[in-house]
Amino acid sequence: MDSLTLADAQTGQELPVLSYDVSSTTIVLGALATRDWRPQHHDFHFATERNGVQDIFMSSPNQAAWFERYITDWTGPRGRLGRLGFKMTDSVFPGDTMTMTGAVTATETDDTGCGWATVEVALRVGDKTCTTCTARVALPTTPDDNPWQRRGEEWRP
Amino acid sequence: MSDIPEHITALIDQVQYTESGDFPVERGYIWTSLASVENSNPLYWDDKVADEVTGGLTAPPSMISTWFRPHAWTPGQDEPKMPLQVHFDLKRELDLPEAVMTDNTVTYYEPVRLGDILTTCQRLRSVSGEKKTKLGTGRFWVIDVEYRNQRDELVGVESWTGFGYRRG
Repeated sequence: MDSLTLADAQTGQELPVLSYDVSSTTIVLGALATRDWRPQHHDFHFATERNGVQDIFMSSPNQAAWFERYITDWTGPRGRLGRLGFKMTDSVFPGDTMTMTGAVTATETDDTGCGWATVEVALRVGDKTCTTCTARVALPTTPDDNPWQRRGEEWRP
Repeated sequence: MSDIPEHITALIDQVQYTESGDFPVERGYIWTSLASVENSNPLYWDDKVADEVTGGLTAPPSMISTWFRPHAWTPGQDEPKMPLQVHFDLKRELDLPEAVMTDNTVTYYEPVRLGDILTTCQRLRSVSGEKKTKLGTGRFWVIDVEYRNQRDELVGVESWTGFGYRRG
């Protein structure tokens, strides 16, 4: 089981790029997997005629799942998300190729000894930035450390 | 002077819609969610890894809102229940027929485990004055959702920014 440690994460380090061809199935599967029944994520006519956009589009909870996958692909299973925030300025539609890029913008060890990395992620389609995301993820400080064992005051996300 | 109706400003910071999830956290949805984004994290696929790292099976943190979305239908239910009801209340009360979400931030605390039943409550935090965007004219609002498990442990706090609008 490979897992990154805090020492492996350096400020300025770039995460591997993720590229994915989005289909209607991607959008609908993602919406239903998160129990998001709102029609703009599965009904073309609702999306175009009511929302005024070109097609159904990726839901917010599904974007969160994509960001989590992107970050934990990098950290491995001992990486533990503490905080995930994102701002959506444009939508992801069927037929888009979305690309995720990310970089470490800070690392720290808090007062409890928990190691943290801050990662900025951009979700782009072509030249268009659709969503920007900031994640705070706990990383083991040593190969034997495990952020998932932290509870209560020992966990300060 | 604010142009926001008084009965809306009176709701700010008030706890609303305290409710429990329709069903316990279960693995089928976890796997469906992982499949939807092709997430191969062994924490959720390999029981041995889950036992070793998290002391048993947990749900991906990003799924937190999945567990509070209501069924689209249940027996005896005439109207569909909506997730994030405060959002839909604002659309109705402010006469803004369309809406999108623009921002989402979640802070994760205790892991969500299989069999957990989460209880949530919603708090309206703010409503903006009228704004014009490429979608139309409307208002931004911020709604927080707090999640607790059946042991009353805090598992997450989510903050949504929505934009309710009229097209054109």
